[in-house]
Amino acid sequence: MLLVLMASFIGSFGAVFLKLGAERLRYGLRHIVSWQAFTGVVLFLISSGFFYKGIKIGELSVLYPMLSLGYVWTLLWSRLFFREPVTAPKFLALGLILSGIVLINLGAR
Amino acid sequence: MISSASALPQQQHKPFTRLQSIALVFICTILGAVAQILMKTGSAQVPRFDVILILSNLPSLAGYALYGLNTLLLMLALRDGELSLLYPVIALTYVWVTMLSVYFFHEVMNPWKICGIAVIMAGVTVLGRAGTK
Repeated sequence: MLLVLMASFIGSFGAVFLKLGAERLRYGLRHIVSWQAFTGVVLFLISSGFFYKGIKIGELSVLYPMLSLGYVWTLLWSRLFFREPVTAPKFLALGLILSGIVLINLGAR
Repeated sequence: MISSASALPQQQHKPFTRLQSIALVFICTILGAVAQILMKTGSAQVPRFDVILILSNLPSLAGYALYGLNTLLLMLALRDGELSLLYPVIALTYVWVTMLSVYFFHEVMNPWKICGIAVIMAGVTVLGRAGTK
């Protein structure tokens, strides 16, 4: 479970770097290769490694939904790094996702 | 000096229709769920965490390949689709993964897990709506 937690955490940083990489695309499509995009992809690979290790032992029906924690982290980084506003619907979504994860873990073996 | 942005050739592509976007995302949810099942199957077969061992294990490799393909297709579908419409469809992946986990790995289903998945899907749906405002 901790492994999947790490996976969602690292993966959400992957998304941050992909966004930084995507911002360079306005200078033309050839800018799709940038160190930011590369870092993003590498972070996703590391993240999937943690997930892979996690699902080896745990229940997939519990661990896969836990990846939705990534949405929660991403919301946090969007606020911190890109100054995106946290609106009421986003806050509601965050609460729902966290409650869902708690419920699923109550049902875990 | 004239703004250089207008001088750049615009990337041309025919936007997907709403139905095409939904269909593509729907296919992605199935591909994504199958990828998870393959990865779990593979990780059970690989004795220790070693990149070479993982890449030479067929279910793991297929799982990763499918996952990569799924990500690319999803990016394509999300490019001109409406998030509020597509996020709830993406959330279907949770349903497929759960159903397949029960079928293939004999994982136990119970009201807690079903409620949890429903609540997470609701959360993802709300998030999709929040993004389009």
